Amino acid sequence: MRDFLRRFARNKGALIGAAVLALVVALALLAPFLFPEDPWDIAGPPFRRPGEMGFLLGTDTLGRDVAAGIAHGARVTLLLSLVSTAVALSIGVVLGAIAGYHGGWVDDLVMRFTEFFQTIPNFILLVVLVAIFTPSITSIVVAIGIVSWPPLARIVRGEFLTLRSREFVQAAEVLGQGSARIIFGEILPNALSPVIVSASLMVATAVLLESALSFLGLGDPNLMSWGYMIGASRTVIRQAWWISCFPGIAIALTVLALNLVGEGLSDALNPRLARKRGA
Amino acid sequence: MSEAPLLAIENLAIALPQGAERPLAVDNISLTLARNEILCIVGESGSGKSMTAHAVMGLLPQPHVRATAGRILYQGEDLLAARPDRLRALRGHKLGMIFQEPMTALHPIMRVEAQITEVIQQHAPLGSTALRDRVTELLLAVGLPDPDRLRRAWPHRLSGGQRQRVMIAMALALGPDILIADEPTTALDVTTQAQILALIRRIQAERQMGVMLITHDFGVVAEVADRVAVMQHGRIVEAGPVAQILRSPQHPYTQSLIAAVPRLLAAPKPPPADAPVVLQAEQVRKTFRQRSWIPGRGTEVAAVRDVSLALRRGETVGIVGESGSGKSTFARCVVRLLAPDSGAIRLHGTDIVPLGRAALRPHRRRIQMVFQDPYASLNPRRRVGDIIAAGPIAHGTPRAEAERRAHELLALVGLDAAAATRYPHEFSGGQRQRIGLARALAMEPDILVADEPVSALDVSVQAQVLALLAEVRARLNLSMLFITHDLRVAAQVCDRVAVMYRGEIVELRPTAELFARPEHPYVRELLAAVPGQGWLPAIQG
Amino acid sequence: MGGRLGFIAQRLVKAVFVILGIIVLNFLLIRLAPGDPALVLAGEAGAADPKFLDDLRREFGLDQPVWRQLLIYMQGILSFDLGFSYRQKQPILDLILARLPQTILLTGTALAFAIVAGVSLGAMAARHVGTWWDSAITTLALLVYAMPQFWLGLMLVLLFSVQLGWLPTFGSNTINSGFTGLDHALDVGRHLILPSLTLGLFFMAVYARLTRASMLEVADLDFVRTGRAKGLAEGRIQRSYILRNALLPVVTYAGLQAGYLVGGSILIETVFAWPGIGRLAFEAVLVRDYNLLLGIFIIASVLVIAFNLLTDLIYTIVDPRIELGA
Repeated sequence: MRDFLRRFARNKGALIGAAVLALVVALALLAPFLFPEDPWDIAGPPFRRPGEMGFLLGTDTLGRDVAAGIAHGARVTLLLSLVSTAVALSIGVVLGAIAGYHGGWVDDLVMRFTEFFQTIPNFILLVVLVAIFTPSITSIVVAIGIVSWPPLARIVRGEFLTLRSREFVQAAEVLGQGSARIIFGEILPNALSPVIVSASLMVATAVLLESALSFLGLGDPNLMSWGYMIGASRTVIRQAWWISCFPGIAIALTVLALNLVGEGLSDALNPRLARKRGA
Repeated sequence: MSEAPLLAIENLAIALPQGAERPLAVDNISLTLARNEILCIVGESGSGKSMTAHAVMGLLPQPHVRATAGRILYQGEDLLAARPDRLRALRGHKLGMIFQEPMTALHPIMRVEAQITEVIQQHAPLGSTALRDRVTELLLAVGLPDPDRLRRAWPHRLSGGQRQRVMIAMALALGPDILIADEPTTALDVTTQAQILALIRRIQAERQMGVMLITHDFGVVAEVADRVAVMQHGRIVEAGPVAQILRSPQHPYTQSLIAAVPRLLAAPKPPPADAPVVLQAEQVRKTFRQRSWIPGRGTEVAAVRDVSLALRRGETVGIVGESGSGKSTFARCVVRLLAPDSGAIRLHGTDIVPLGRAALRPHRRRIQMVFQDPYASLNPRRRVGDIIAAGPIAHGTPRAEAERRAHELLALVGLDAAAATRYPHEFSGGQRQRIGLARALAMEPDILVADEPVSALDVSVQAQVLALLAEVRARLNLSMLFITHDLRVAAQVCDRVAVMYRGEIVELRPTAELFARPEHPYVRELLAAVPGQGWLPAIQG
Repeated sequence: MGGRLGFIAQRLVKAVFVILGIIVLNFLLIRLAPGDPALVLAGEAGAADPKFLDDLRREFGLDQPVWRQLLIYMQGILSFDLGFSYRQKQPILDLILARLPQTILLTGTALAFAIVAGVSLGAMAARHVGTWWDSAITTLALLVYAMPQFWLGLMLVLLFSVQLGWLPTFGSNTINSGFTGLDHALDVGRHLILPSLTLGLFFMAVYARLTRASMLEVADLDFVRTGRAKGLAEGRIQRSYILRNALLPVVTYAGLQAGYLVGGSILIETVFAWPGIGRLAFEAVLVRDYNLLLGIFIIASVLVIAFNLLTDLIYTIVDPRIELGA
């Protein structure tokens, strides 16, 4: 563990990412204290430029505080992304583990199913799902989970498949250990690092998917989110660039931070690979 | 050696990156290679023998590893001081090299012909007809029949031996002065190894080349070398003519290495004919099917065909074969890692083939396995003590009892009790094999199935592990199925030997008898292919 | 050779199954949607008219057992009838086919740009790994990779159209310009630059990262060392040994990414008012025309599957090992 932290800390990008991520999380946690008012409330006159009348990032077309929207949006975006990643993780890990451990026709079946989900255009499926089941926190989270699990299932399946034929797993088999013990005691701990890495990268993708949905007007109508702010102000971009510019920067920074942390984790968990990559 | 040597290495030092086991991979070595001789550099893994070969070619993995001192003189020209493009012009033209892994050394998506012609076109371009003739001539020279079919072939269609021949053809394309061969036969089966060694020797003599051959195997040395240099920890400990080194080695390290080479000498140990049969395999058959959901496109490989065999208490039966012979598949059927398609495997009279997972469990205790790869056979995330105790605990032994027993077993296999709290990566390959043995013994089995337990180890370590296996087997009166590709190892440890070929046992007889008077032509071929027989003491029988 | 044909045949069979699966999925979505399936099909167009809904129920056999409904639905789609958009008062297939060429133009241009730029940048970074070039390219790729495409599009509009006035903001051509022939093509080209750039940049980043990683991996393989031992020129080793083998996973990935490309066109076409099926999908979402949305989903899937088959075909040409089975 200490080795792992040392390797992670040696990666400058990962440290910057972790710092930015900590800031975003802090912003999300402190939003109710920094901006106690409802972000939907009109706080002042519309179209104030950044800095005018004490609005750090200006006001939007209706006079809502852009800064307040970003702070509260951080909560929504982070929460939705984390939960939807958890959904995708549970589908992907379970299916991947079953396919990889059993092999044979079970593997065939599960992998055909996975390929099917990987072939269909996932963003369109996401839009269809959320549109048909009407936008709400639940439908958004579940839908993002449904379109994001296939790559993870493939990774987990690949790991299980190789570890299954690894000699230490065969040794456990010969010793007469039970299936559950072999899966959870022998295989899973050794398959964990790629899962952790892809989970962190999946959160980043989920942030992008969630904001794209809200941008199209398919966000939960009760939640202020970054994508919604951009979508609602895109028609007035000539008059008021700041309303759409700042939320976008927030998204990009968050995604960048998550990707950097993910790569840092990957390098720290696979030191051999990292050296190969020349990182 | 009146003329100046073709190649002279003078006081060469090669530095390893910081944090490596030692600062220098190669430490102040000097060597010469004359025209028309084969120089073998022998050593165990990590001795720096391969680094030396790569340094001559200018192929060290720079910038991490580089030569820091000395000179490498090719006909008087210092290669270490040569500019990169000069070195590049020599490589492939005057200096040829072949590698250990023929399966990965060829460009995977380039046809054989193109791989050969590109060397020629790089250094001394020819017109298309001349080029074509040259390729034909080269393919024939390395013993590849039907050059017209072969030149169009993709590498993945060729066998390991064929690929190594293509590599040699490439290296010979422009008639180099020096051929460097880095463990050229280590990845090959013994019969193929014999052919490739003969080919190298023949071509060397025909073309009067200087060959520098890197190997870990004294059998190979005895087979081809004119002169030998023995390396240990980056230094040359002894060098000289092959007869002198093999017959009367001076340096203690050379002596210990040669002593550790398993003799093709059957241990005269009559098996107890009246001892009870503990394991009986009858007509065991296993076929692998590659299914496809387009009908008729599936493929079948019969890996094990109706193999029968009996193992008595206290007896060691060897199963010898080349890769693809089905020996490992058979071993995995015996311990029921694989389910045979048909046949019976009787453990103390009970057929375990039809048993399901749960019914099998009580029988698991009696038959345990030792695996080949010391790096893959221990779970990297568990402590050694837990690894050894896990089996008995799964079968209901109280944890404290199992852990106490684990300590005893560590002592039995020659490890410190403190090893129990450490992780596998803190141990060497030989130590890991000991841990793997302790894990198997913890179940107090009657039968041990050892699948190539020493083939991943250096010879000196190999000898230690074999000795340990023999001792444990005798002390606990175990029966053992010993799977190996190495006839010399089999000769040393087995009472009886079964030779497998294409899924079948072609000959099964007491070791001494089989080695002295092989009956099946394949067994004869196999025995003839063992390198260094002229040197190794003859078998008794 | 038979191996290759078999491979293609296998992929074709697979594609047919995927299309059938998508039809079933669509059917399930209509059934599982909250509320009356007839309402979903009507897309709120005739919600107030009970007779209209009854007609729909009869047409789709909604009063019959589920498996019959599925059969009726499949029959319809397999005879190229995607139904009727009651909002737009037109057959769905006609609506989509009218818009499809625009989407293919946009995504095709974006993909071509992404592959050419991405592979070049990735190869450059790998060749000069650890240098300033490498850091610059890697950082650029990371940044582009993190930006939401729709936002990047808006920012490019802000820069190139609003601030600099170089390029048009929206649409696929200048309305009422009366351009013909070459002028028309140039006009479309000018309109195409920003949207295809926006869509392509993200995938450029993907391919650049992938090419770099793949080349570094291949560079460590044994056969590259063989190439060096043969004394080949460094340029030849980079191109014919490293890049050529490193591109194989890139081809595979390009196939897998096709779906994302078509998905991304919803956002880009919305931002730039590009009259393709993505924009049509957005309009369908706005007015809850689910039948149209599902039709777009099917056609987009078919498009992606066709593209996947194309990459498979390319793969069989560039990699002889394919006959060993996939």
